[in-house]
Amino acid sequence: MIYDIEYETMPREALESIQLRRLQTTLERVYANVPFYRQQFQEAGITPADIKSLDDLRRIPFTTKQDLRDNYPFNMFAVPMDNVVRIHASSGTTGRPTVVGYTARDVSTWSMLMARSLSAGGAGRGDIIHNAYGYGLFTGGLGVHYGAERLGASVIPVSGGNTKRQVVIMKDFGPTILTATPSYTLHLAEVAEEMGVAFNSLKFKFGIFGAEPWSEKMREEIERKLNIIAVDIYGLSEVMGPGVAIECHEAKKGLHVFEDHFIPEIIDPQTLEPLPYGATGELVFTSLTKEAFPVIRYRTRDITSLNPEPCICGRTHVRMHRVTGRSDDMLIIRGVNVFPSQIESVLMETENVEPHYQLVVDREDNLDVLTVKVEVGERSFTDEVKGLQHLERRITKNIKELLGVSARVKLVEPKAIERSQGKALRVVDNRKI
Amino acid sequence: MQVEQISVFLENKSGRLSEVTAILAEAQVNIRALALADTSDFGVLRLIVDDTEKARQTLKNNGFTVGKTNVVAVEVTDRPGGLHDILTMLHDAGLNVEYMYAFVRSSGDNAVMIFRIEQEQEAIRLLESKGVNVIDGQRLYSL
Ligand SMILES: [Zn+2]
Repeated sequence: MIYDIEYETMPREALESIQLRRLQTTLERVYANVPFYRQQFQEAGITPADIKSLDDLRRIPFTTKQDLRDNYPFNMFAVPMDNVVRIHASSGTTGRPTVVGYTARDVSTWSMLMARSLSAGGAGRGDIIHNAYGYGLFTGGLGVHYGAERLGASVIPVSGGNTKRQVVIMKDFGPTILTATPSYTLHLAEVAEEMGVAFNSLKFKFGIFGAEPWSEKMREEIERKLNIIAVDIYGLSEVMGPGVAIECHEAKKGLHVFEDHFIPEIIDPQTLEPLPYGATGELVFTSLTKEAFPVIRYRTRDITSLNPEPCICGRTHVRMHRVTGRSDDMLIIRGVNVFPSQIESVLMETENVEPHYQLVVDREDNLDVLTVKVEVGERSFTDEVKGLQHLERRITKNIKELLGVSARVKLVEPKAIERSQGKALRVVDNRKI
Repeated sequence: MQVEQISVFLENKSGRLSEVTAILAEAQVNIRALALADTSDFGVLRLIVDDTEKARQTLKNNGFTVGKTNVVAVEVTDRPGGLHDILTMLHDAGLNVEYMYAFVRSSGDNAVMIFRIEQEQEAIRLLESKGVNVIDGQRLYSL
């Protein structure tokens, strides 16, 4: 069901005029209240008054994670602390955490957007939501929680961990909606199986999964093991938290970005030029309604593309493709941007090939050479040399067709790809530039 | 009548072949025939051993990709044209030989060739009907 029919199905023209008005207000507020943004504008030689159309957005400099860190903890806030009712922070595994704040109205907006999201994912009044996202500084748990209450569903604030107890609650309380990270969901399924609980016969109907990258393959596995429809949810604390974009359960084909509250852009991470609809690049967000922590052209580092085609669900908001990687991993091979995740999808779509790979880039005679090492598993192995050579050619062709780059495919033995702490080393760049 | 053969994927790196033979020796598996088909990048090692299942499991446990195929072992009379005759029979019947290699031991005076043919049952029937000696697994392992 569409929670907010007026805004979620608004004709593009009306939506864009709301976007422009909200953008101008936001820019004026940050210019007046956040020294960082005022300086950014001044360095670019512009003022908020210069932004007269949505196209003018590209004149504004980007904001990066480093900028947020440099203003740790509260210097990016656009309101006095008196008006901040909530603080969240990213985990900060690398460097300082990023700290975000919310006014009472921000919390309300977020709750409403999460109510929209849960509704798009199949939830409604009368549903029981088993919320296994972590509660705390991380935005996942509380984001879903407030959205569920706004929607009028019953929420079980179970948070993460204590998996056996979670399985018991699932069995006894009969929740109909599961919200969790996809990897934790698969873990729950395993533990349930060990405990002799048939996971596919619980009362779950829909699941809303996010907070980490996952694949169509994982979706199929989750849907099969839980006997549910699984949708993808996207958000990041810097922009708001979960509920920035959500997949509708009707189409399950890309996540609608709530464009009345956020403007998404796709840029080339190298040239920083905006890219057209359909092109794959880095996702950039500008918030339109946030009070305490507005973000202007914030570079998420997430790699995706935007699809403006109308959706069968009736929503008019653009859909972003599921996030397929991080721009930090991007390689430029003879001028073509290549993301390891794109190679991974090619391999996953090539029959019998497992996505165990490594990209090696060398420079030979001043030319970039990309070698894709692919591990030969039992499914792709044949005892005939020509069969293996055929496999190499097939992968080469698929990479060329889908990425527009020539690669040498080299079949390697399983486990030949270096792994550090269990994680495979995906990229080796030997170019000395 | 067919013979089981295991095949192992190998990168073209020195020492890999001897690692395979060392692992099998350690597991007390006896190699009866061995052939390596390779390109500049990789190779496929084909083996006939006295205990196929044990060899397969041991190599798998050591991280190798291992496959299993059925092949046909044929006695080839030790005279000029002996092999040619067999290949002609197969060719005339439309049976395609994917690859072949010689078995180490001979059967009496005759050489033994290993053939990989997609339609192996058909090939066995054909060869036997033409009086060619096809050797079964048990006998081959004990040659
Ligand atoms: Zn939709």
